[in-house]
Amino acid sequence: MAAKTVLNYLPRKSVVHSLTGTTKLAFFLCFTFASMITYDTRVLVGLLAVSLVCFKLSHIKLREVRFMLVFMLIFLVLNNLFIYLFSPDQGTAIYGTRTVLCHLFWRYDITAEQLFYTLNITLKYFVALPVAILFISATNPSEFASSLNSIGISYRVGYSVAIALRYIPDIQRDYHNISQAQQARGVELGKSEKLWTRLKNAVTILLPLILTSLNRIDVISNAMELRGFGKNPKRTWYTHRPFRTADYLALALGVTLFAVSLTVTLVCGRFYNPFI
Amino acid sequence: MADPIISFKNFSFQYRAQKQPTLHDINLDIYPGERVLIAGPSGSGKSTLASCINGLIPFSYPGQCTGTLTVDGVDAPHSSIFQLSQHVGTVLQDPDGQFIGLTVGEDIAFSLENDCVAQPEMKDTVKKVAGLVGVDGLLDLAPHELSGGQKQRVGLAGVMVDRVQILLFDEPLANLDPATGKSTMELIDEIQEKTQTTVVIIEHRLEDVLWRHVDRIILVNEGRILADTTPDQLLSGSLLRDNGIREPLYLTALKYAGVEITPEKHPDHLDRLVLDEGDIRKVQDWFTAVGQPPEKPERPVLLEGKHLNFGYTPDRQILHDVNFVIHEGEMVSIVGHNGTGKSTLAKLICGFETPDSGQLLLEGKDITQDSIRSRAAQIGYVMQNPNQMISKTMIFEEVALGLSRSGLSQEEIRTRVEETLKICGLYPFRNWPISALSFGQKKRVTIASVLVMGPKLILLDEPTAGQDYRHYTEIMEFLRQLNRRGVTVVMITHDMHLMLEYTPRALAFSGGRLIADTTAAQVLCDPELTRRAALKETSLFGLAQKCGIDRPLEFVDRFIGYEESQREVKE
Repeated sequence: MAAKTVLNYLPRKSVVHSLTGTTKLAFFLCFTFASMITYDTRVLVGLLAVSLVCFKLSHIKLREVRFMLVFMLIFLVLNNLFIYLFSPDQGTAIYGTRTVLCHLFWRYDITAEQLFYTLNITLKYFVALPVAILFISATNPSEFASSLNSIGISYRVGYSVAIALRYIPDIQRDYHNISQAQQARGVELGKSEKLWTRLKNAVTILLPLILTSLNRIDVISNAMELRGFGKNPKRTWYTHRPFRTADYLALALGVTLFAVSLTVTLVCGRFYNPFI
Repeated sequence: MADPIISFKNFSFQYRAQKQPTLHDINLDIYPGERVLIAGPSGSGKSTLASCINGLIPFSYPGQCTGTLTVDGVDAPHSSIFQLSQHVGTVLQDPDGQFIGLTVGEDIAFSLENDCVAQPEMKDTVKKVAGLVGVDGLLDLAPHELSGGQKQRVGLAGVMVDRVQILLFDEPLANLDPATGKSTMELIDEIQEKTQTTVVIIEHRLEDVLWRHVDRIILVNEGRILADTTPDQLLSGSLLRDNGIREPLYLTALKYAGVEITPEKHPDHLDRLVLDEGDIRKVQDWFTAVGQPPEKPERPVLLEGKHLNFGYTPDRQILHDVNFVIHEGEMVSIVGHNGTGKSTLAKLICGFETPDSGQLLLEGKDITQDSIRSRAAQIGYVMQNPNQMISKTMIFEEVALGLSRSGLSQEEIRTRVEETLKICGLYPFRNWPISALSFGQKKRVTIASVLVMGPKLILLDEPTAGQDYRHYTEIMEFLRQLNRRGVTVVMITHDMHLMLEYTPRALAFSGGRLIADTTAAQVLCDPELTRRAALKETSLFGLAQKCGIDRPLEFVDRFIGYEESQREVKE
């Protein structure tokens, strides 16, 4: 059964998938830092291009990660809104000029500087988001764990994250089944009900879902322990793959992007200012 | 004789959270290369016994151990779960839950990874062990691409990579259909012969385990060992029956016929069973004396499916042109191997999914487009696991939940819930928290919460899966009572006893098609049908042939009729 998934591993045959987990993690970190340190529009646009190309290369479709996208967009809108509410003149403070486009009320003007600043923030989101989604959706959970392990994080932590990611589809399926059984005994969860009642009824699914999930955790942790998980401070990985040319290239690209972003920031400052 | 590989001496164990010990004064020796079955009803302590051997007790489930337990030379209660895992390989009950890796290869390698084995060696070992259990062609597959039996094989391979001396199987048959259960027992047999390991099996499905030879049966109940002897000895007495373990059906039939069972007759397997002429005559006489049960009158049609087709995705069709009829007041079982569309059909009936084409008629009215909730008043659905259905903490509230939006007054709701609780035998517990109930009672609560809606038909998914004989009988007798009150009962099941004893009619599925709609006895006596529906021929059929009865199907029918009349006498 194809349960709709929030965020999980989507196996494909693509360049991105064939990179090792370690490469992807390192690239993800380089890329994220590169986009975090700068507000320079030119750099951001460059990074955005790279980010979109990566996404394209992965053969992952937009609708498969729709939930995450929508979630992030809501976050983005809230972020921009609150920046404007609390400091409507942040743009002026940064860029030093004040070009009023129109007046709203009280101290709120729409200025070109503020709009430009908002644009940069939005760009940052769009730069970081596809790569972050890719890191999770295009990395086999076991490799995900081994990549975290390879940068010094305990494999226990890495493995618990991987197992959690793996169980998301199962738990979603449980949720679906429990919800259908509840509806079959007269509990309304469909669209015909008021939002508040629907929320209240959704709670009736939660208790059985939690119990079932706890049971799952119990079984899997017993199974893991019985096969020696956690015995040694280290472990080896069946899925470990050696680095290949593509991995070195990806790493080089990540480091270069980071270096460019850092250089531009050090030489020209964090902001690109078109107003002076 | 060699020294025992597992040795319990005056061993007792008490869980930290419990007031009483779960195991009392256990003295048990198991020798290298033996095959031992530990049998007992639910809550008898048999699983606790197994957990002591593999170290889950006391390392994951803490408690107080007294006495000694030595496992392959290791002082078990004072070692560690890791040290024991080098000696004991445990295959757990749930083949899905214990699948850790993302692919077959990775899962088999899990234990090697934890031992820091280098990758090339790891790949070699995995390949070798996979070959041993017959999954070498499947190394790159994900768990959801495997059948239940294949998963079981992977689970076994995953513990064999450690070259363990002891293989421990915790209810290996619980989640499998009869045909897969049979091949699992064959696999265990084969592996034991090849590797000469010691095999310990925890099960209560005796007849299925005895499909292949076991050396000894240890019968456990209430935390004590009641018997430690050969299958032949144990099957000749009444200890099994007295302790809630179901004996093989052919033995029940022999006892009905008045044949005395002795160890010399080798009752542990139908093929080895020795019957003298006197015994055979007794069986034949009984067959003649019992006579054919009366035909049941034809009843009006309640639910009808016409040309149902369905697939979750357009390119993979699950159900192909399914036509069926359920009559009022019937008890019907739906059988077939996993993934063949039984549950999908249930979903169509309840309205969880809409068929791609075809029609569903309830009392002649087309309900194909009706919503889940509008069907809920007439069709009740009970999930396999009661914990997935229960969402309130108190019994009364749980049963009343479905009525909260029915427009009835508080008073009317109270009356209806109380009435239902009385029918279900739960009235004395109405103000109890659900957490205080046993599994069987919880199952009753879920049935009550569906029944309160007043459905004409209830549909149950695996109502007795994983239950011991006592709980099984409790649940099924309850369903039979409901059925007598006029509720039509449809069950999805793997349990052949359930089919035979409780459902006169069976719908058998294979590959998404309905391949048989006939009596349960007929399905279980037809080698071709049993094979296609992943069932196992009933041993009654074999017994009839062995006794020279030329109408084995009638023998099975009469046996069922006789059992039913016996039960009615008791009531």
